[in-house]
Amino acid sequence: MASDTTTHLREIHADEITAKVAELCEQAAHVLPDDVVAGLQRAERSERSPLGKQVLIELLENVDIAKRDRIPLCQDTGTTVVMAEVGQDVHIVGGSLRDAINAGVGRGYTEGYLRASIVDHPFSTRVNTKNNTPAVIHTEIVPGDRLHLTIVPKGGGCENMTKFQIMLPGRGKDGITEFVLQTIEESGGNPCPPLVVGVGVGGSAEYAMFLAKKAITRPVGEESADEETRQFEHELLAKVNALGVGPQAVGGSNTALAVNIETYPTHITSLPVAVNLQCHSARSKHAEL
Amino acid sequence: MPVTRENGEIRVSAPLGDDDVAQLRVGDHVKFFGTIYTSRDAAHKRIIAAIDAGDALPYELPGQVIYYVGPTPARPGRIVGAAGPTTAMRLDPYTPPLLERGLKAIIGKGGRGPAVKDALQKYHAVYLIAIGGAGALLSKTIKQLDVIAYEDLGTESVKKLEVEGFPAIVCCDMYGGDLLLEGKEQYRDQATLGAYQSVGPAEKAG
Repeated sequence: MASDTTTHLREIHADEITAKVAELCEQAAHVLPDDVVAGLQRAERSERSPLGKQVLIELLENVDIAKRDRIPLCQDTGTTVVMAEVGQDVHIVGGSLRDAINAGVGRGYTEGYLRASIVDHPFSTRVNTKNNTPAVIHTEIVPGDRLHLTIVPKGGGCENMTKFQIMLPGRGKDGITEFVLQTIEESGGNPCPPLVVGVGVGGSAEYAMFLAKKAITRPVGEESADEETRQFEHELLAKVNALGVGPQAVGGSNTALAVNIETYPTHITSLPVAVNLQCHSARSKHAEL
Repeated sequence: MPVTRENGEIRVSAPLGDDDVAQLRVGDHVKFFGTIYTSRDAAHKRIIAAIDAGDALPYELPGQVIYYVGPTPARPGRIVGAAGPTTAMRLDPYTPPLLERGLKAIIGKGGRGPAVKDALQKYHAVYLIAIGGAGALLSKTIKQLDVIAYEDLGTESVKKLEVEGFPAIVCCDMYGGDLLLEGKEQYRDQATLGAYQSVGPAEKAG
C-alpha cells in the first residue's frame, strides 16, 4: 500500500528566483570564494619562482580591490552557467524556471555593470545580446522541496581549453594522467593558471563533460569522498604542479590549486574523460530557495 | 624618451622606435605611461579588412602599442571597469601584418605562435603579458578612455587609453626569447612527472 499520496508542493515564485539570480551574478563577479582565496594564499607561500610569486601577490591584491571597489575580478564575466537542483516537491509559479533565471542574469549583468559576452548565433551573425543572456542552464530533479542554485561565471580563456576523449578502457589512470597533463601543458597561459582542474570520468560523452564542469564547482581543498579517487586527485595535482607552467605560465611550482575528479559508472567499451579548466578567478556562488 | 630606467623601474611610452624595443628583454618588468590602443578579435578582423581595402585605420600603427582587452562597463563616475588582458594567441593570424606596418608593442596574455615570434624578430617589436584575471588591479592604472572606432562592437570597440604605470612583463622579445618556454623549463620536475613527455604549446588557441 502506498504511504502518503498527498504531497504538499512548496511554491516558489519566479520573481524570487529572478531576484536571487541577479544578486548571485553580481556577487560572483566581485567576490572570490574564500576557499579559492585560501588556495591562492597557500600557492603564494609555496611558490618557488620569484616572478610566479609576484604574480600571485598581485592576484591577491586584485581580489581585495575587486571586493572593496566593486570592480569585477576579471573583465571576462563569463558565460553564465547555472546549475539548478530542483526539489521534486517544488512548484514554480508566476513563470517558467528558464525565463526566471534568464531575467535574473539579464538584470544582474546590466545593473551590476558586468560585461555582456554572449553573441546570438555562434557561426552566423554573432551579434551581442547585450545582457549576457541566455545563460547555460543545467537542471537536475532532486528529492525535497528546495531549489538550489549555483551560478558559475565561466571565462572564455579557460573554457576554450576544454578537452574530451573517449579512451580505450585499458588505458585507465595512466591514460587519464597523460591526457590531463597534456591538456594543461598545451594550454600554457591561456586558461590563466593557477587552475582548478575539473576532470569528469565515465558516463557518456555529454555526461562526462557535465561532471567535469561540476568538478570545478567543488571547493578548493574539498577532497573526493571516494578513497581511490582522492588519492588519484593528489597524485595528479603533484604532477600538474611538476609541469613547471606556473602562475600565468611564467614558470613556477603552482600550476593548479586543485584537481577535482568526478566519476560515474560507464559502458563496458568506454572510458570517457573530460577536462574542464577553471582559471584562478574560480568564481561561483550558491543559494537555496 | 620612450624607454627610460628610473630606480630599477623600466618606463615605456609610445611612440617606440627600434632602439627602444632593442632594450626590452624577456622577463623585464615594465610600466607603460601614455597612450595605448585597445583592439581584440572583432576589431582586428575590421582593421585587417581596412588594410586590404586600402582604407584609413582607426589609429596610426607606427611606433604604437596595442592592448588586447575588452573591459567591463564603467560604473557611473568611473573611467573603466575591470580591464585585464585576453588570450593573445587568438589574434595570431592578424598580428604579422600589423607588425609589418610598424606596430611596436603588444600586451595580452598567454604565449604566441611561431609566425608571430618570427615577425617580432623581423620587424623589431615586442610582446608583453599583463596578469590575466587581474582586471580590477589593472583598471586602476587607466586614467582616460575614449572610444575612437567601431563603437557598435561594444566591449570590442577600439579605445584610446591613457595609462599611468600599467604593469606588464616582456614575454617575447625581438631576439627570439620566450619567457613562457624558458620559465617552464626552469621549474619542471621530471622526476615527479615520471614517464610523461613534454608537449609543446598548441599552435592555435580556441
